[in-house]
Amino acid sequence: MKIGPLLSEAWQAMGANRLRTFLTMLGMMIGVGAVIMMLAVGQGARDLVDRSIVSMGRNLFVVLAGSATASGVRLGTGNVPTLTLGDAEALEQVPTVGAVVPILPGTAQVVYGANNWGTNVLGTTPRFLDVRNWRLSAGLPFNDSDMRSATQVALLGQTVVKNLFGDEDPVGKTVRIGKSPYVVMGTLAAKGQSLDGRDQDDAVLIPVTTAQRKLFGSQFQGSVRFMIAQAASAEAMPAAERDMTQLLRQRHRLADGVDNDFSIRNLTALVNTAAETTRTMSLMLGAIASISLLVGGIGIMNIMLVSVTDRTQEIGIRCATGARARDIRLQFLLEALILSVVGCLVGVFLGVGGGLLVSLVARMAVVVTLSSVVVASLVAAGVGIFFGLYPADKAARLKPMDALRYQ
Amino acid sequence: MPAEPVIRLAHLGKHYETGAGPVPVLTDVSLDIEPAEFVAIMGPSGSGKSTLMNILGCLDAQSGGTYVFEGRDVGALNRDQLADLRNRAIGFVFQGFNLLPRATLLDNVALPLVYAGVGKSERLPRAGRMLEHVGLGPYAASLPGQISGGQQQRVAIARALVNRPRLILADEPTGNLDRRTSQEIMGLLRQLNAEEGITIVLVTHDPDIAANAGRLVQLVDGQVAHDGQLPRRVPGRRSA
Repeated sequence: MKIGPLLSEAWQAMGANRLRTFLTMLGMMIGVGAVIMMLAVGQGARDLVDRSIVSMGRNLFVVLAGSATASGVRLGTGNVPTLTLGDAEALEQVPTVGAVVPILPGTAQVVYGANNWGTNVLGTTPRFLDVRNWRLSAGLPFNDSDMRSATQVALLGQTVVKNLFGDEDPVGKTVRIGKSPYVVMGTLAAKGQSLDGRDQDDAVLIPVTTAQRKLFGSQFQGSVRFMIAQAASAEAMPAAERDMTQLLRQRHRLADGVDNDFSIRNLTALVNTAAETTRTMSLMLGAIASISLLVGGIGIMNIMLVSVTDRTQEIGIRCATGARARDIRLQFLLEALILSVVGCLVGVFLGVGGGLLVSLVARMAVVVTLSSVVVASLVAAGVGIFFGLYPADKAARLKPMDALRYQ
Repeated sequence: MPAEPVIRLAHLGKHYETGAGPVPVLTDVSLDIEPAEFVAIMGPSGSGKSTLMNILGCLDAQSGGTYVFEGRDVGALNRDQLADLRNRAIGFVFQGFNLLPRATLLDNVALPLVYAGVGKSERLPRAGRMLEHVGLGPYAASLPGQISGGQQQRVAIARALVNRPRLILADEPTGNLDRRTSQEIMGLLRQLNAEEGITIVLVTHDPDIAANAGRLVQLVDGQVAHDGQLPRRVPGRRSA
């Protein structure tokens, strides 16, 4: 038996009852549309987190200067100058640690010509750019000799550039930070918002030595507020944390039983939690949407069962003219398959359209992936076959005699 | 006759299982039907005529005895082989026509060819020629509901013939038709029997219809009560 006549017969059968056919397909359309849309919303959220992870850098720790207790008043972390550039250099020698970037942050007013802008100034080392995965959009980074001689040079973030220079090219110009002039060596590529909504481009980088001696010098002699340490690899993270703790306790001459005067936080763990959360969310959305797909499939089964009963006599006629059980089975299976595939195709359009609508109306990141469309379509076809099998089998098992006599 | 009988029934029995126990319909039917015979089966209601036809058409299975069709023991065939037999060797004509209501006359006639695996390029012309043969060529694209009962029965005959069967089983083929149309249909069947040598088994309760056959079998209470030749009809049959 060939597929051609079966297809046209299935088409006729479905055309004979258009409203029923449409309503059956509607279940499939909504199911597939919902799956694609939900997966798109989930994927959008994951992409957002992934971008944040990449923009932050991978396998990162923050090493914070410790908290001090003065007469029972416990101050927050970073208020006691316990971390030094020496600590940073020593930590960098640990095999499990890839890079250590000391940071001395502060805020300062930056002035260029008639414009001024209050921003975050980070005193740091050239490796900061590597560790944070941050590229320059123009100019050159400062180097180790700038570090040694505490040169007054700066790298400007895009927000700062926009507010001070507008369309003008800032490289080579001189800005005033605080009270001193700094030469702009380069500008940082745009990085966007961090996960907590801070504008990462609203920043100026200067050599940490310059920050210590010339900008914030009076407050923290030779010390830094915190350090970013990058483990050699993702696997080395636990070892790196242990090794760094050990080395810092040794360098700070802390006796056994004395609390650490610093703390090490695993930044990646935080971000992994965020990634895990969005993954769970998108899984849950997908699962809920899958239920509607399942319900759509049950709708198909229901209609196919009705259809088999409706057409019992037709089945009898087909048997009498020589249809085998598998011809009958194939015919009803094909009808179920057409119902689900056509429903699925419309559902794909609904899902993609709905995704676009959500991104427009709710201003959410929505990413429709090809794989979600393919998976939803395959699942829909599978559901069609699965829920078509039982009615088709029921039709095929009818005895020719009983089917013919059925009124 | 040296040729094998088309149908050989030996002590065929059939009973239906009901809540009150088995109800016998056919008790002991033994019958040979030779090629190119035209046999009419008559009998009162409940005598088992239709049940016998369903068994002959491989639509139902006997409870006892044997049914040999062209030398093959039908009781030993599986469902697919039975479907094949219905498809290639047997044509059915029913009282209620049993056409597919949504399919055109052409598609209705072509149905057995679909199940025989005949390709479209051969299937439709063959069905078309068969429709012309029964005088309905111009209606090929019509639906069954658009033509008269007599025309529908002719479509059903065309469908029964399209796969060139050796046996046609006609169960009260004129039961729903008026006298004139009935005689037309019977003329067509007689012609097929006489000119193409197709074996025909006809069930009817109308002696006038049965008179078209060459042999009459009377069933009473599930048994053959009478089996004999009918006088050959005069060739000048009533106009068709």
